[in-house]
Amino acid sequence: MTEPVLQVSALSTHFFTKAGVVRAVEGVSFSLARGEVLGLVGESGSGKSVTGFSLLGLVDPPGRIVSGSIRLEGRELVGLPNDELRDVRGRRIAMVFQDPMMTLNPVLTIERQMRLAILAHERASPRAARARSAEALTRVGIPDAARRLDDYPHQFSGGMRQRVAIAIALLHRPAVIVADEPTTALDVSIQAQILAEMAKLVSELGTSLIWISHDLAVVSALSRRIAVMYAGRIVEEGPTAVVLDEPRHPYTRGLLDSLPSRAEPGRELAQIPGSTPSMLRLPEGCPFRPRCPRASPACTVMPEPTGDAVRRARCHHPLVLTPAEAV
Amino acid sequence: MSEGFLTIREVSKRFAPQLGLGDRIAARLGGAVEARAVQAVSEVSLTIRRGEALGLVGESGCGKSTLGRVVAGILPPSGGEVRLEQEPVMANGRKTTTRIQTVFQDPFASLDPRMRIGETITEGPLAHGLVKAAEAGSFARRWLETVGLDPDFVTRYPHQFSGGQRQRVAIARALAMAPDVLVCDEPVASLDVSIQAQIVNLFLRLRRELELTMLFISHDLGVVRHLCERVAVMYLGRIVELGPTGEVYAAPKHPYTRALIEAVPKLSGGGAAFRPIAGEIPSPLDPPTACAFHPRCPLAIARCRIERPALREVEPGRRAACHRAEEVSPAA
Repeated sequence: MTEPVLQVSALSTHFFTKAGVVRAVEGVSFSLARGEVLGLVGESGSGKSVTGFSLLGLVDPPGRIVSGSIRLEGRELVGLPNDELRDVRGRRIAMVFQDPMMTLNPVLTIERQMRLAILAHERASPRAARARSAEALTRVGIPDAARRLDDYPHQFSGGMRQRVAIAIALLHRPAVIVADEPTTALDVSIQAQILAEMAKLVSELGTSLIWISHDLAVVSALSRRIAVMYAGRIVEEGPTAVVLDEPRHPYTRGLLDSLPSRAEPGRELAQIPGSTPSMLRLPEGCPFRPRCPRASPACTVMPEPTGDAVRRARCHHPLVLTPAEAV
Repeated sequence: MSEGFLTIREVSKRFAPQLGLGDRIAARLGGAVEARAVQAVSEVSLTIRRGEALGLVGESGCGKSTLGRVVAGILPPSGGEVRLEQEPVMANGRKTTTRIQTVFQDPFASLDPRMRIGETITEGPLAHGLVKAAEAGSFARRWLETVGLDPDFVTRYPHQFSGGQRQRVAIARALAMAPDVLVCDEPVASLDVSIQAQIVNLFLRLRRELELTMLFISHDLGVVRHLCERVAVMYLGRIVELGPTGEVYAAPKHPYTRALIEAVPKLSGGGAAFRPIAGEIPSPLDPPTACAFHPRCPLAIARCRIERPALREVEPGRRAACHRAEEVSPAA
């Protein structure tokens, strides 16, 4: 089997705040094959975005990666000096944010910022950079790209701005793109356009993609594998179709059951009781325990991931057993 | 007849920009000053039956929130009027009824951060004499209990609550005015999935118990299907389709409705085929002529550029504003 493009092992990112230590990401492990799309789902505060930021070395104090390893194309990123990390970032791994203005500078033309992004990693004449930028914009479906290069970000609609951010992320053909809720703020018709564009691009370019979202339907439409996060940990991971059909973790089941699209109109939705716990005061053991219908005294001890390489869950009482466990 | 419990009659809302000093001087001197008004809502007529929940869906800028605000008596319409049981909701630019209340998307913005939850809930009812000062405490506690919160929370402040709890407080405050109609503008849009289900269930229960009439504004077609018997679809200020929610979703009669339904990602095992609509929503400052959807419409013909289609009955109980409504194929 070929080596994964990205291998994350036991990654923990903590924030040392005045109020206490927030274990935003705790013991997160996953791997990403070349060209694979992994969906990372969770509710607010589950640690999905901090996981994404950690991969690019973008966690600022009071937060830092406290342990674990991130291997990108065989190279360890944790502990890498800043200048070496800058060389990797943008060139081999890039990020697309929910708000494209996190990427774009409002006072520079699109051409100027794309040229800067190109020159950050290679030499190019202004003419060559312009040609390449126009090509990149065309690739993400921006009409009349050569002319629009001279426009400023505010002259683009929200959807078009997000396309520009995606074009910049793709400039150096990185091995991995981390996309953090890039369509959440967009209207559904524009979201559908961008999802279609993204699916086409990653398959054409062979780029691996981590798609972070709270929206199970968006993630399921795009990714063949899915990881569900709760309170800083991956609680379930597996092929998207299998996880959606037969979730093993009670939290995944609860999330799916609470979707109106799965319920009879007008009937009460199944709901997960309570709310997500404060990351400063996580319950002992499994953090989902206080809201879980299957909780038992065993759950006061943190469950280890069980299952196999394809399908894992972190639960003492999983809903479905893998063949290995059933024996 | 209860048919016209809440009547929205030919309501339009136009926002004209305030001219700056320079433009005003230029206008005085006879210069051509371009003051483009935004026609946010154009001649919308709807009736909501007593006890009915009508969903209002559409994308940003379609005018659904503006229409909601006119219905709630927050914004005066530029034309037309809204009546609740024959009584106008507004007179001389002021709201004249307490029978319509509103729940907004962002409970952070709609609750006073310096007011205790109990005061927030009783402020309106006390001002309108719906409750005596001596009973205000127990009144607030009762409403908190109704929306599923601990009655002891009356002494707390908004920042001590999570987003979902805060939305419950906002709902309690609206209901404490004993309204007949609740206008909800994206009330679950900023909530997490698991919390969204709790609030949707709360609306289902409250509607049943209090016989509420609802105008439920949302971009989320799934939530609207779940809560509303009928749905109205808006595009650039106009209603383009209206009908029973289940029927509209299964067999839309307007190409925009169909495109909107197909754009919503479905839960699937990955690698779903996307068939997005081409183009973007045009600027309301410069809407296309005749049918506003024609530049993006797969069914557009010459007539669509010349003649605006009326919102006509295409089947019993179903209305659509499309010249080719009969040819729209069911949603995939």
